[in-house]
Amino acid sequence: MPLVRFTTNIQRHVPCPDRQVVGSTVRAALDAVFADNEKARGYVLDDAGGLRRHMTVFIDGRIVADRLGLSDSVAPGTRIDVMQALSGG
Amino acid sequence: MSNRIWVATRKGLFAVERETESGRAPWRVARGFFLGDNVTFALVDGRDNAVYAALNHGHFGTKLHRSRDGGARWEECAVPVYPPQPEDHDPPPNPMGGKTSPWNLELLWTLAAGGADEPGVLWAGTLPGGLFRSEDHGSTWNLNRPLWDDPRRFQWFGGGYDYPGIHSICVDPRDARRVLLGVSCGGVWETCDAGASWALRADGMRAEYMPPERAYDPEIQDPHCIARCREHPDHLWVAHHNGVFRSTDGAASWRELKDVPPSAFGFAVAAHPSDPNTAWFVPAIKDEKRIPVDGQVVVTRTRDGGETFEVLTEGLPGPHAYDLTFRHALDVDETGDRLVFGSTTGSLWVSENQGDSWLCVTNHLPPIHATRFV
Repeated sequence: MPLVRFTTNIQRHVPCPDRQVVGSTVRAALDAVFADNEKARGYVLDDAGGLRRHMTVFIDGRIVADRLGLSDSVAPGTRIDVMQALSGG
Repeated sequence: MSNRIWVATRKGLFAVERETESGRAPWRVARGFFLGDNVTFALVDGRDNAVYAALNHGHFGTKLHRSRDGGARWEECAVPVYPPQPEDHDPPPNPMGGKTSPWNLELLWTLAAGGADEPGVLWAGTLPGGLFRSEDHGSTWNLNRPLWDDPRRFQWFGGGYDYPGIHSICVDPRDARRVLLGVSCGGVWETCDAGASWALRADGMRAEYMPPERAYDPEIQDPHCIARCREHPDHLWVAHHNGVFRSTDGAASWRELKDVPPSAFGFAVAAHPSDPNTAWFVPAIKDEKRIPVDGQVVVTRTRDGGETFEVLTEGLPGPHAYDLTFRHALDVDETGDRLVFGSTTGSLWVSENQGDSWLCVTNHLPPIHATRFV
């Protein structure tokens, strides 16, 4: 199962522990996390469900390609890191 | 008489309180909340004394927190969420910047309590121009579609931001179905039926930033802030991008006030709660500079409906003071005697005599977005 890890900076606002979840895309993996932590969804995704402008996701160290649809594939051993983008300062 | 002020700043929300002990400075910063976070607005709901703090985390987006006990405990409540954009929706680009406004909450710019007979009703004005209403103290929100879907909205453009936004919401104390909005840049809008329909109410406003043939177009005006006299709600004041305007007929028409010293440019305005002829402004050199005239911080007051203005300086710094006051950073208390304003350089002043003299509370807060008396 993919492992989803969140930036430490988000923890001050909403606890987001590491989670191993079922899912074959970034979207599916994040949805699985947010199903148990709905508050966190709005901290990571915008109103349309895309990544917030100054958030980013790394997939085994590679930056996500589909910021809107989050359709990038992930494998059972994938590490998904939800990070702040330096574009946000 | 209010003894407490909420101050929303770039790096936290602060409670400023009046000391009753003799020998101490009468006003002091008592407590800080959300330290380090950008608090863009604070609302004190006079119906139940709840306090709402709008935060903009940058990376993590806009959030709303609520306290029902004066700040002892806070709970995060919902923020307005724009509904899914229809796939066939193809709005024209913003006429000034060429961008299409996003269907996404960019900023919770202002909040307002509904009428006395509407417990729990809140209004929220946002960037990029959506008006939202909550009927449960901010736990859920709905976009006002009649305004959002009004094709005249596509003439709006950003003033200071990339997108237009609603910064002023004035609920009529006589009839809460009547709500007046200020939009930068989109003029003044009024509903008389709780948001089911909207009318433009900017007749008489003039925009220097437009070519002459469009200077009086109502839908492109930039009312920086609207203030309404509580006991005479048809009396309204606007600090506009290039002037001071007054209405005495509930926004049906506006009159530009001439010869406003030292400058008619400014963001903030406060209306006396019971005297319809008294209002206060915090002026600056107009848009290309945005600093106090001659480096002197002043408050401008009229007591005669805008026929004349007094420039109040006692207790205020200058020359070489470069404080700018944002649109929500001036407030008047329920008596009309106490005023407070804060600046972009973190200074906060209070007056207990309608502005005749000012006390500096501090020069060391973060940039101040909003001040609100309890």
